[in-house]
Amino acid sequence: MPNRLSVVDSERCVGCQLCMFACARRFGDGGLERSAILIRSIGGVERGFTVVVCRACRDPPCAAVCPENALKLRKGGGVLLDPNKCTGCGHCREACIIGAVFWDERANKPNICVHCGYCVNFCPHGVLALEEVAA
Amino acid sequence: MAGDPLARVLYIDLARKKYWVEDRRDLFEQYMGGTGVAVKLLEEELPRGADPLGPENVIVFAVGPLTALYPLASKTVALFKSPLTGNLGESHAGGRSAAAIRLAGLGAIVIKGASEHPVYISIHNDKVYFRNARTLWGIRSSYTVGRIIREAEPGAGLRSIMRIGRAGENLVRYATVITETYRHFGRLGLGAVFGSKKLKALVVMGKQTIPVPQKSLYRQVYQEIYNAATRSDLMKKYHDIGTPVNVAPLNALGALPTRNLGQARFEDADKISGEAMAAKHLARRTACSHCPVACIHVAALREPYVDEPYFYKTSFVSYDYEPIYSLGTMLGIGDTEGLLKLIDAVEIAGLDAMSTGVVLAWATEALERGIVSEEDTLVKLSWGDHEAYIRAVEHIVSQPNEFYKALAQGALRAAEKYGGKEFALVFGGNEMPGYHTGPAAHIGYLIGARHSHLDNAGYSLDQKIFKSQGKPLSPEETIDRLMEEEAWRQILSSTVVCFFARGIYRPEVVSEALKPLGIEMSGEDLRKLGWRIYREKYRLKLREGFDPAKLKAPPRIFETPTPYGKLDPGYVERALKYFADKIRELVAP
Repeated sequence: MPNRLSVVDSERCVGCQLCMFACARRFGDGGLERSAILIRSIGGVERGFTVVVCRACRDPPCAAVCPENALKLRKGGGVLLDPNKCTGCGHCREACIIGAVFWDERANKPNICVHCGYCVNFCPHGVLALEEVAA
Repeated sequence: MAGDPLARVLYIDLARKKYWVEDRRDLFEQYMGGTGVAVKLLEEELPRGADPLGPENVIVFAVGPLTALYPLASKTVALFKSPLTGNLGESHAGGRSAAAIRLAGLGAIVIKGASEHPVYISIHNDKVYFRNARTLWGIRSSYTVGRIIREAEPGAGLRSIMRIGRAGENLVRYATVITETYRHFGRLGLGAVFGSKKLKALVVMGKQTIPVPQKSLYRQVYQEIYNAATRSDLMKKYHDIGTPVNVAPLNALGALPTRNLGQARFEDADKISGEAMAAKHLARRTACSHCPVACIHVAALREPYVDEPYFYKTSFVSYDYEPIYSLGTMLGIGDTEGLLKLIDAVEIAGLDAMSTGVVLAWATEALERGIVSEEDTLVKLSWGDHEAYIRAVEHIVSQPNEFYKALAQGALRAAEKYGGKEFALVFGGNEMPGYHTGPAAHIGYLIGARHSHLDNAGYSLDQKIFKSQGKPLSPEETIDRLMEEEAWRQILSSTVVCFFARGIYRPEVVSEALKPLGIEMSGEDLRKLGWRIYREKYRLKLREGFDPAKLKAPPRIFETPTPYGKLDPGYVERALKYFADKIRELVAP
């Protein structure tokens, strides 16, 4: 069965952002340019945090607006990017109302969460989990 | 370090509203980063004998090679000339500042000159914007300033908003720079230096990639450090109850400075201990960027409005050991609600909690002894009366009379003007940290480059030695141990790692962590570099007039017994004399 990254409880999030760094570290480098998850405060640290990440839509608007057919439906929801087709037009980013299509400025292409769960291994506070979903 | 942008230094000239970037690999290759590089940048840029509140003062922010790459490498080092001590000012803060600077593709930021009108600076990757801050100047609460800039600037989650409150604008010499609401470049008056430059805030946003040459080794070392941080007990005291876990044991030991150190035990310590705070108020824990520990403990304080029934506000106030000491035990405040209200008032104003508490403790005793009168203090300062202290905090910020003008310059200057130096708890011009654990703590404050308990951890040495042998080491041995510790800590603050993680980042671990980045240095190489940076720091201090022969401990510390009993002034004198010799040796060409 395919996996899906799920936000179990954002109230447990302390804003350490280890998930963001983990996501970028998949490629072996540091920094956040290639991260596909974002932790930001809800109007200031004093109000807590929100987790912005792909929620694996079954009928994803990002794919619907891609003029190059570069976003293919992923089993279990969400999309997979074919970077060879992507021209960096940015329509997908506009289409995602939760802001979960992040942008790699250097490559001028989107960062798309593939629901691999690498970030879950570095969430020490039980905010994130990987769950099995129907294909 | 091929491709690593760490060596890029951003220079900002506030007078001419110009900026440029220079490649300073000469400094980063020799001095690593953080405090090591910052001290050299400051030495280059700061004119000899500069007025700390004049346009010639320089602010340096620096990060290091480990920043944004490893867990707990979450701090930014700030160096400047301190308006409180008149010498080297060094302050560290976390929040998101360090990651943002590093991922904006920078290793350091140098801010020079002064603006003629209020501005804030916004750094977005390669661009620096000078934004008009006239509208922000004079806003009552530092929280509001953060809120406004948050909405005005892009980059939520990837940025740091460092700002001052009214205390900084009004040049209170222990004003702080606040970042991400609950973290501070707290000590030694960086906020006043911002204020003197008409710099209301500094926003930094960045998310760039830091290329790592040895990728799989990097992931492997990362995992080891992550495991140590999350699965061992090394960080436990910071994440469970947090730093206030110290209140109860220090009180039991008789090492908790109380009522201007008239006592070293507080009868209400259990009411404001870390355990009590957690039980009554702990509402949330938060973390600096890239730190799994989340030591920032935030209390919820629910207060009714008196003018309308069923009308409440809930404030979120962060607390740590140090404000509980300085604004709690030092002022005899034994209820959590009063204490949290006072901590919040200090935060709103943008003052250093530690200096503010010690200054107010001096003022309270001065009033008690009749050295000053209520005409001076305007409010009847008395131990435990948090409402009076909240009004006094407002007076420190607005400085309505000569007395508060003096208090705004710190306890030493106030005592020089009014008398009462013998009970002004000041070390090298800086107000005392919260440990009356024995001789090493006090000697440590005096000889530390920042006069901070974290310079060399004398408080920890005292407790260790007390447990093992019950009587102090020889004065010379104490100095040797403190200097050794401070020299090593230069590596932590140059790479830059949070001092709380010192148990994890031992020399061998720092060496391992640098390897994937292409930096080959053994633990021994690092120790040697630590001594070199320590030496460079003291050379700059001496250049600016620091004189180890003039160090003097406040008489009060000899009157109130420590766990070792009353301290012997002769012991401290002998230690300081030995230290003066050691420093002369260290800085000799």
